[in-house]
Amino acid sequence: MTDWVTNHPELVIAVVKIALLLFVLLTAIAYVVWFERKVIAHIQARWGPYRVGPHGLLQPLADGLKFLFKEDIVPANLSSRFLYLLAPFLAVSLALLAVAVIPFGPEFEVLGTPTGFWIADINIALLFVLGVTSLTVYSVALAGWSSNSKYPLLGALRSTAQMISYELALTLSVIGVLLLAGSLSLREIVEQQSGRLWGVLPNWYIFPQFVAFICFFISSIAETNRAPFDLAEAETELVAGFHTEYSSMKFAMFFLAEYAHIFTASFLATVLFFGGWRSPFPETPFWQWTQYFPAVAAALLGAYFVLDTFRHAHSALHRGLMTLIGMALLGAGAVLALVPPLLLLVQGPFWFIAKTVAFLFVFVWIRATLPRFRYDQLMAFGWKFLLPLAVLNIIVTSLALVWPVE
Amino acid sequence: MSADVILFFLFGGLAVLGALSLVLQRHPIHSALSLILVMAALAVLYLLLGAEFIAAIQIIVYAGAIMVLFVFVIMLLNAGEEERTDLSRVTRYLGLPVATALLVETGWLLYRAWPGDVGVVPDRLVGRTGAVGRMLFTEYVLPFELTSVVILIAILGAVVLAKKER
Repeated sequence: MTDWVTNHPELVIAVVKIALLLFVLLTAIAYVVWFERKVIAHIQARWGPYRVGPHGLLQPLADGLKFLFKEDIVPANLSSRFLYLLAPFLAVSLALLAVAVIPFGPEFEVLGTPTGFWIADINIALLFVLGVTSLTVYSVALAGWSSNSKYPLLGALRSTAQMISYELALTLSVIGVLLLAGSLSLREIVEQQSGRLWGVLPNWYIFPQFVAFICFFISSIAETNRAPFDLAEAETELVAGFHTEYSSMKFAMFFLAEYAHIFTASFLATVLFFGGWRSPFPETPFWQWTQYFPAVAAALLGAYFVLDTFRHAHSALHRGLMTLIGMALLGAGAVLALVPPLLLLVQGPFWFIAKTVAFLFVFVWIRATLPRFRYDQLMAFGWKFLLPLAVLNIIVTSLALVWPVE
Repeated sequence: MSADVILFFLFGGLAVLGALSLVLQRHPIHSALSLILVMAALAVLYLLLGAEFIAAIQIIVYAGAIMVLFVFVIMLLNAGEEERTDLSRVTRYLGLPVATALLVETGWLLYRAWPGDVGVVPDRLVGRTGAVGRMLFTEYVLPFELTSVVILIAILGAVVLAKKER
């Protein structure tokens, strides 16, 4: 057994990476819920979660425990008990599966074995993500149908129709990037985005493919069933849409899947249009100092946490926890600044996470700002505006690519 | 046995099981889901042959689009369980002989191929996206374009039918 393990170091590394990514991602999903509530609250001039832990930081933990201890109610007259139970599992597993091929950073070495900030680097990574996300329709459809209840069924029908419609625009908007990169591998697409555009801007595909990005982002909001496209769960009309009959942990799984999809959408937008793990600054000696951004960011955040304890009359728990987190972050910043190899290692993930957080903020911002679409408007917008726009983008991009060669 | 062979039998078996379940299930939704299982298992078999692009398209187009429409329609009509009826006369008299003939043919092919045939050697380059695209737009460009015309006609037909309904 030990022989076999030492002979297959890549397998051990892969298992460790999967465990690590799942832990980080699930924690991040829990905290993005907190982030969303906080941001929306501040946009609406409220405080948001504040009671459980400092700044409500322990709220996700409390929510998770609450979900776990709630009574798990399974309706008696289901259309299919098996499918009713299968749907939430399908939702979560498919949502997490898509993350497997996302490259969070460049290659690096562990104990002499080359590896990278990804779980799998496959040639058809982009198709893999699109394929897996296209299957998530089933979890919604099956949940709605198997509940044998009118609101879930109507919600599921709406949601299915919406997801099929916007998937077309989503897939077509990506083709422009594919034409430029000439590869379906997400790692290769990021590597294609190195260098400078007109000497100033980073060579990210957002600039030549701006129209595609708009199409992509709008359709990915629709794909994740988020506001302003959350007609599948329009509370005023459909109670909660397809997951009305789900309670306790099974409801939490749908919730988790939705947020995992938001992450996947943000990851994809980062990889395809914003240079993935690449720093926005040029790689010349003059800009060398920008390497210290991760250290500075960690130190600043830590300093803010420590200073926060002095701002108001806080509880002892608040003071203790915030000081602890702040000191840890300050220490991390110091270590990063003093150990160059470590600093180099975190460059990729740092920029990737920074860009992803920006997208997460935009997702939340849009939800807090825009009212819900009417259903016929939603369909008309997808089919009559986004889809033709994406096709037009493909035609223009292809022509621009072929033009110089006569 | 190498990993390839184990995976082949695993997913080949899964495909056959899915196909059996597709025919034997009484509820249309369960049948449709069995068909999705068959598609997914087939995609893995394509992957084993090195045809990664075809495998991905198999999932996206068949499992992710066409079968979604099937499930959608079944849900929309809220179709219940099928009722067992007596077999039609055609199936009663032709079913068994035709099935036997097909089985015999498959068995004969297997018997003839068994000892010497090394099977398909996966070509890692042919299944690549670029290779498939080049083949589609050079060697098979006429059938490819004709297929798209057929699909276009089908779409026109659907639009006309939908218009008449109103």
